[in-house]
Amino acid sequence: MGVKLLFKVEPRPVPLKKMRYLSPLIAAVMMLFSGLIIFSMLGKNPAIAFHAFFIEPVNDFYGLGELIIKASPLMLIGVGLAIGFRANIWNIGAEGQLAMGAVFGGGIALYFNESTSGFVLPAMFIAGAVGGMLWASIPAFLKTRFNANEILVSLMLNYVAILFLSLLIHGPWKDPQGYGFPQSILFSDSALLPVLIEGTRLHAGVIISFAAIGVGWIFLLRSFLGYQLQVSGLAINAASYAGFKYKKMIWIGLLAGGLAAGLAGVSEIAGPIGQLLPSVSPGYGFAAIIVAYVGRLHPGGIFLSSLLMALLYLGGESGQMNLDLPSAVTGIFQGMLLFYLLAADFLINFRFRWKSIPLRQGI
Amino acid sequence: MSADTILNILVATIAAGTPLVYAALGELVTEKSGVLNLGVEGMMLVGAISGFITMAKTGSLFLAVVCGMTAGALMSLVFAILTLYLMANQVASGLALTIFGIGLSAFMGIKYTSVALNGVPELHIPILSDIPILGRLVFSYDILIYLSLLILAGVAWFLYKTRAGTILRAIGESPKSGHALGFSVIGIRYLAVLFGGAMAGIGGVYVAVAYTPMWVEGMVAGRGWVAIALVVFATWRPLRVMVGAYLFGGVTIAQFHIQGLGIEIPSQFLSMLPYLATIAVLVIISRDKNTIRVNSPASLGITYHPENN
Repeated sequence: MGVKLLFKVEPRPVPLKKMRYLSPLIAAVMMLFSGLIIFSMLGKNPAIAFHAFFIEPVNDFYGLGELIIKASPLMLIGVGLAIGFRANIWNIGAEGQLAMGAVFGGGIALYFNESTSGFVLPAMFIAGAVGGMLWASIPAFLKTRFNANEILVSLMLNYVAILFLSLLIHGPWKDPQGYGFPQSILFSDSALLPVLIEGTRLHAGVIISFAAIGVGWIFLLRSFLGYQLQVSGLAINAASYAGFKYKKMIWIGLLAGGLAAGLAGVSEIAGPIGQLLPSVSPGYGFAAIIVAYVGRLHPGGIFLSSLLMALLYLGGESGQMNLDLPSAVTGIFQGMLLFYLLAADFLINFRFRWKSIPLRQGI
Repeated sequence: MSADTILNILVATIAAGTPLVYAALGELVTEKSGVLNLGVEGMMLVGAISGFITMAKTGSLFLAVVCGMTAGALMSLVFAILTLYLMANQVASGLALTIFGIGLSAFMGIKYTSVALNGVPELHIPILSDIPILGRLVFSYDILIYLSLLILAGVAWFLYKTRAGTILRAIGESPKSGHALGFSVIGIRYLAVLFGGAMAGIGGVYVAVAYTPMWVEGMVAGRGWVAIALVVFATWRPLRVMVGAYLFGGVTIAQFHIQGLGIEIPSQFLSMLPYLATIAVLVIISRDKNTIRVNSPASLGITYHPENN
């Protein structure tokens, strides 16, 4: 009697929990591997390219500072977004909320340009937080009041916010001595974040991001509200049976993202940028979605994934300088990372198996 | 403003709206099957550079369109495998596709930055094109513009007049019922996603080969996002997609002319309009259960698990 082997995909009886933590690692390794293949296809020596992309940018003190500077907005926004994502609230408007944070915070900096008061910087952050939350409250209000899809509304508002920032920089906030360039005046010292470590550009804004990791950890894993968000995301019916108010979850989920993105916006303009420009972010709001996802919506994971994503930004810049690659290569790596992660996540709930089926004897 | 200027604005509007017609029609079919693909911008860019390279190497518009469509479809295949076979989240997969596509297109176009092409000639139909005004307004475009209208008619006919189109729409409303009736939900969605990719690809080709025949990194410049907005703005109806595309295209063209007229409206206000209008439409159709059910595919963005039936 013969046996026929069938390759079959079947659901796991119990989700494989360790795969949740393994799949980001698998994704990172696969991304590196694919990167090496791409480099060699371009006729670059993979070892040299690898060094230029992943080692060169961070092999000195200054480089490590740059890594943290880039990771800072990513981890901050990533934690904020994770709060919503856990409850299945898809805020993809962080890029716009960041821009609005920069508008509000930057407005304070420009208005109090003559001031040397120590209150300017805190006021900027408060204003930025308000700006980001106001912008996030639009999808929250439209979702809770009119049931409008928050994915689409928050997405559309990205462009409105970025255009609004551009409008201000091309108009009333333009530097009159800027030779016509679309940029604001440079912020005065009282509106700039102090540098933390001599010899780097590491600014005090990163403290907020590190604090966000801690606060996010307590909120998500040790508070009742965090638990309610999680249950709402996993089983909406169970959550409403338990009396958790979903509308409240929507507000919290979106406002948390807006708050984080707004703060990140102020951190950027008061830190590395030092003025308002038409573009204050190279897509941190979108990249933070990948960061949150790769970090498994867990603050610890988000911390690690933000460092990896930051390294990809630096690698892109270094590749542009040393290997003549366009800096957009960063996007290829970031995209691949998420592709591989999403694919590997399949193995949490499913498995591949060879099934042997006994063949029927001849008739 | 002279009659000639108005005519020029109208003609330019049609050209500006055409990439949106293509990309939004593709996204419309994808969304009608219940899948939300946020990767349009990335697919358009990869389609654009693929078509551009082909055009630069061969000079054949036909090959450029074929390559652009194939490239767009291949990009959407990645998305399809992730979301349909591996059941990954559609929002995350779509965003990854856009980020990936922006990078990939820049990468493919390294050697073509600022290379210029000849563009696509406007058709000249004897007699018809020579009619005053009407000839210019109706019979003076390049062939890709006419093709977009042909595809528009085809999509409208397919969705509402054919059995296959009805099945596709039914699956977008209730994949479970479709499955129970014996239709392959996943198979049909694959085709819908691939069609969306191919259309985004040709939309990209139009931008890079006909509209501004020169390669610049990221030159699709947000049109992919506008196309997604447009599908919502048009409440998932093909004819309204066309009207919306020309409206949104007109907004772009208006920016160039409004300053010339001495009207003090910052161009950014005009650029915001498509997004604000889309939010307004979304609010209007979402606010009660009946209008949302009539207007949008019920299963949009929700992952379909065949095992749960």
